[in-house]
Amino acid sequence: MEFGRISRRNLLQGGAALTLGSAFGMGAARAADTTIGFIYVGSRDDYGYNQAHAQGAAALKKLPGLKVVEEEKVPETDAVEKTIESMINLDGASLLFPTSFGYYNPHMIKMAKKFPKLRFEHCGGLWSDTDPKNAGSYFGYIDEAQYISGIVAGYSSKSGKIGFVAAKPIPQVLRNINAFALGARLANPKTTCQVIFTGDWSMPVKEAEATNSLIDQGVDVLTCHVDGPKTMVENAARRGAMVCGYHVNQSPLAPKAYLTGAEWNWEALYPKFVKMIAAGEAIPNFYRGGLKEEIVKCSPYGEAVSAEARKHADDVKAKFLSAEGYAVFKGGQLDNKGKTVIPAGTDRGQKDPELEKMDYLVEGVIGATS
Amino acid sequence: MADGSIGLWTVPLAVFGGAIRVSTPFLFVSLGECITERSGRINLGLEGTLVMGAMSAYGISYLSGSPWLGVLAAGITGALLGALHAGICSLPRVNDIAVGIALMLFGTGLAFYLGKPLIEPTAARLPAIDFGWWSDVPQVRAALRINVLFLIGVALAPILYWAFKTTRWGLLIRTAGESSDAARAMGHSVLAIRLRATMVGGFLSGIGGSFLSLFYPGSWNEGLSSGQGITAVALVIFARWDPMLCLWASLAFGGAAALGPALQSVGVTSGYHLFNAAPYILTLAIMIITCSPKRTLTGAPAELSITR
Repeated sequence: MEFGRISRRNLLQGGAALTLGSAFGMGAARAADTTIGFIYVGSRDDYGYNQAHAQGAAALKKLPGLKVVEEEKVPETDAVEKTIESMINLDGASLLFPTSFGYYNPHMIKMAKKFPKLRFEHCGGLWSDTDPKNAGSYFGYIDEAQYISGIVAGYSSKSGKIGFVAAKPIPQVLRNINAFALGARLANPKTTCQVIFTGDWSMPVKEAEATNSLIDQGVDVLTCHVDGPKTMVENAARRGAMVCGYHVNQSPLAPKAYLTGAEWNWEALYPKFVKMIAAGEAIPNFYRGGLKEEIVKCSPYGEAVSAEARKHADDVKAKFLSAEGYAVFKGGQLDNKGKTVIPAGTDRGQKDPELEKMDYLVEGVIGATS
Repeated sequence: MADGSIGLWTVPLAVFGGAIRVSTPFLFVSLGECITERSGRINLGLEGTLVMGAMSAYGISYLSGSPWLGVLAAGITGALLGALHAGICSLPRVNDIAVGIALMLFGTGLAFYLGKPLIEPTAARLPAIDFGWWSDVPQVRAALRINVLFLIGVALAPILYWAFKTTRWGLLIRTAGESSDAARAMGHSVLAIRLRATMVGGFLSGIGGSFLSLFYPGSWNEGLSSGQGITAVALVIFARWDPMLCLWASLAFGGAAALGPALQSVGVTSGYHLFNAAPYILTLAIMIITCSPKRTLTGAPAELSITR
């Protein structure tokens, strides 16, 4: 079977080179023969992190000449190396997307060294110069979308109390919490954002308890950063609270309670990657972006969102999309203990490496990182 | 109060509400395991049964539109898994603990496999009965929205206590658990008694699972149980094989699970990992306090493989 595939590939390439001989012809022939492998750490229909990637993979399936192979529930161990090898050797994959954070080092790096002619793209990792050149890492500044959600939440909350169900106090999560709170305080400076950490990425009972506790405290708009937001969304909606989604659009779960949400936009990024490869361009090894770069997006507004909220959120969104951009984390920012965490006069833009080390909660957030 | 907040009252209310919301799966699994262990066998596979119950209840409720059919399906699935455990353990020289571990992995694996298409859809949920109609405080009303399964579980504990003590069936199960020779001398098949006891145990555990997927947290996903089944099996030892103590222990575990999030919500933020571990610390503490090197655990059925 393997030999059959190789000869078919050679035949196609040879045929294309003979008949067309142009760069366009080469590109088309290569695209027609590309198999792309996606590896997920959980289920691809979890209404969360993995589903976001699977939607990106689904966008690739629609393109002509591409074959997508997928494997779910692959643990962040040697198992992912075996999956990668079988995708390469049995399915002929030439572009691989191991999508979970723990796949990167050492597993994907090892595979990239072993197969130097194939391309590996990892979500969330930090590619450095010592890593193989055929490996890359991409990620999105989803805090920009959380900021927009925060603005909508600030207008929608009647009690002035919003809530955040979070997994662990790591920089990425803290950045989302802070962006959500800052957005809400832009809309209503008196808003407080209460955070509850559940301790792990998937703890449905704890997430439900956290949701109930927050609502018992008078919180009436919630969002979250856990692997599967379904539990929070459904339980909050049952208690009559409003929700902002995360990872993907959860509005089908709670059409009336869903305000907006911070979503990944992998269905825009992945076809872009494939196009770059087909055109012979190099994908930057370290690829980052936010709303403007179409790596993250906001869910469409729910019916409960007021015209005032829509307008303010759309204005800020337009600033994010503008050429000069917009900084969520501005100079003179205090944390919730009263300490200055960003010195006055220095705005921290999306790419500022200081933000990747975030270890504080901003003023207005009730909670602690430890 | 005007802003809808109840301040520090959140904590006792959350623990109370948590005791009702979170305890039901613990209660059903521990009562089921109580019956099984009283007959002289340990079924560690109940974690798998719980997850299979949750999955099949969600699936049937989704397909049929009736959550109660889902509960029934969960019970039947549990009973079948119980029969499988008992059947394998009926073979000579088979260790029930090893079979239990195998069935735990089998049950969770099968549930994840069959439950794959069920993660996305939303199934009909079990209704709640509103016991909080007398209160104006929305938080109290929310805490008192109680599911019928919880009430059935609470009623089941004293019924089982009574049944073990006074009925013929209770006596037979206890005989099989205390001395299989005595049961055989009475002309009963020990294996048949244990088969039935394990099936009933599985039936109850399956129903416990249906509560997870059909009421609280109320949807099917793979992290749903996160070890509640195995905790409930340990809880039986902790409760000394007494159904009434199983009830109190389940309530305590449910309340303890709510403690961590509730404390964080009122601003006690330090050491939340410790509060999240509260149920397990409680177990360890009680185990250490009540253990003795001089005798076997009081109340332990003599035929259990761990006490024999």
